[in-house]
Amino acid sequence: MSTQKKSKPVNVGRWVTWGLFALVLAVAPLVFTSGLGMTVLSQMGIAIIACLSYNMLLGQGGMLSFGHAVYTGLGSFLAIHALNSVASGALPIPVSAVPLVGGVAGMGFAVLFGYVTTRKAGTTFAMITLGMGELVFAMSLMIPEFFGGEGGVSGNRVIGSAFMGITYGPAIQVYYLIAVYTFISVVAMFAFTRTPLGRMLNAVRDNPERVEFVGYNTQRIRYTAFIIAGFFAGISGGLGALNFEIVTAEVVHAARSGAYLLFTFLGGATFFFGPIIGAVLMVLAFVLFSEFTKAWLLYLGLIFLFMVMYAPGGIASLIMMNLRVAAFGKLRQLWVSYLALAVTGLIALAGAAAMVEMTYHLQLSSSQGSEIVFMGVTLNTTGLDHWVAAALIMSIGLGLFEVARRRFAREWEEIQAFIEKKMNKEDAQ
Amino acid sequence: MTATDSFALELKDLRKSFGKTEIIRGVNLAVRHGERVAIIGPNGAGKSTLFNLISGRFGASSGDILLNGTPINGKKPYEINRLGLSRSFQITNIFPKLSVFENLRCSVLWSLGYKYTFFRFLASLDDANARANELLQMIQLDKKHDVLAMNLTYAEQRALEIGITIGGGANVILLDEPTAGMSKSETTRFISLIKQVTEGKTLLTVEHDMGVVFGLADKIAVVVYGEVIAFDTPDAVRANPRVQEAYLGSAVADAQAGGH
Repeated sequence: MSTQKKSKPVNVGRWVTWGLFALVLAVAPLVFTSGLGMTVLSQMGIAIIACLSYNMLLGQGGMLSFGHAVYTGLGSFLAIHALNSVASGALPIPVSAVPLVGGVAGMGFAVLFGYVTTRKAGTTFAMITLGMGELVFAMSLMIPEFFGGEGGVSGNRVIGSAFMGITYGPAIQVYYLIAVYTFISVVAMFAFTRTPLGRMLNAVRDNPERVEFVGYNTQRIRYTAFIIAGFFAGISGGLGALNFEIVTAEVVHAARSGAYLLFTFLGGATFFFGPIIGAVLMVLAFVLFSEFTKAWLLYLGLIFLFMVMYAPGGIASLIMMNLRVAAFGKLRQLWVSYLALAVTGLIALAGAAAMVEMTYHLQLSSSQGSEIVFMGVTLNTTGLDHWVAAALIMSIGLGLFEVARRRFAREWEEIQAFIEKKMNKEDAQ
Repeated sequence: MTATDSFALELKDLRKSFGKTEIIRGVNLAVRHGERVAIIGPNGAGKSTLFNLISGRFGASSGDILLNGTPINGKKPYEINRLGLSRSFQITNIFPKLSVFENLRCSVLWSLGYKYTFFRFLASLDDANARANELLQMIQLDKKHDVLAMNLTYAEQRALEIGITIGGGANVILLDEPTAGMSKSETTRFISLIKQVTEGKTLLTVEHDMGVVFGLADKIAVVVYGEVIAFDTPDAVRANPRVQEAYLGSAVADAQAGGH
């Protein structure tokens, strides 16, 4: 009885959520109309599918895969070959269906490789996926007929007869194709979490041994989930092929697999929507942040490090914790602390970043003179005073940050204790 | 019906060695349908190992295990479970990050035929949800429906463990020290709960508390040093001089060794 009462309002909320998601996907290119905006948005859609499919393994199944790019990447390759077959008339499918070829390819390779990898869980699983990733990357260099060698395989998506004027020539048409695939994939992957297999996958993550004693074969659960994840990974790869019209060996490289892991974790593997945040950040980092500074990977590494240390649930968990605080009407108490944290953090970051940028300049481009402009200030990389100043700003920032952090920690504890108390009271009633 | 068919569980000259050490040394045991059997014996006698062999956690070195007349030795735990045998664990073994309700629902899915389905929503599985709710009431955790299993008290977790064990509707239930670590009053309440939820089923339980054993069991199997030295009604076992000698003797040795 109580569950039925509860499920009604939740469903309304869900329709609103999905409606908003569809709206955002539909409206986004009208807001970000520039070429760069379109590029970023298209890549975000692709990354969202990839990260969510990855989280089916990591967050929902407790499978730490180091080789997810194998399935997105091979999906890309099969899709680009399919696109070329469509162009030559050998494959009678519309261009819109090419990502599905990627999906089927990803699923097929997951059937093949997953049979080996999912026999084991934990560290062994992680190691085997790592080896599988290396294997496929090595193959990509050995078989240029399929992988196209260093130049990769290129294709042309503007082929065939235009259906209702859709040629996939303009970037916006590709974006909307990606958006449709993204929406359907996200809905499907969310639905998966509500099915018997999806729930048993959580059970396998939590306690594989117990699962065996309620009638389930854990290997079979992992394997089936792996295949489904491979399908969506392949869709993502297929969309990538269509979007870029070129696929090179780097799509199956370990660095790509690492990025999926990193950003899925950063977004938050414990919540369904976490990887969506992660995917958005991944594209922003790779496309925008990398233009902004040469040291972007270093900053990324630092962010990841702090995240793992202080918020292992990722950004999604930070959001959810603050929503909980807000639900109890306590978020307003915290804004001063948040402001203090932000300001002091930025001061420390400015000092640190100045030194990082100066170091990079010294190491990589000192031939272009010793001066750089950093946040509107001209810094002399050979002058000791600027180094000392930067170090001083960083130290002061760090010191103040620590003060702010302690204050925040105290307030946070108090609020959590308050919430616990209130919840216990409700429980007792 | 042949003689074998009338037994729910039958062990025939069951043996298990770890390396050169033989832990289970030729166990013979035949449990009738609906019987409640308590397995007692000093620590290290092989009681838990026996459960691990029957439930498929370990493979036997030799001998036969028959479940409702079907040989199950060499089968995987999930295969044995599907044949109608379910077990609990000495150390609480639940799904800590799932809610109490989800824990129970996981335990009923297979038996209701949902297998590896991913084309149906859990919310639409009326029979599974009804069964999980029924279990929830049976183990008296209906107020903890949405609480994560890891946030339950120890006694509640033990109750959940029982709920998961009986969820699939197995007719042979193995409970490994269900009351371990519980206070006296908790134990008393818990035993009546166990009696209730295993009504009509064949029950094997490892138990240390002799009061509990004599209150619960139709029959007692005494395991000493990897062998069943007696298998009889409580009164007969109590009167058995061999049990008194072996069990009390090793119980003393146990106490001297530090009382584990």
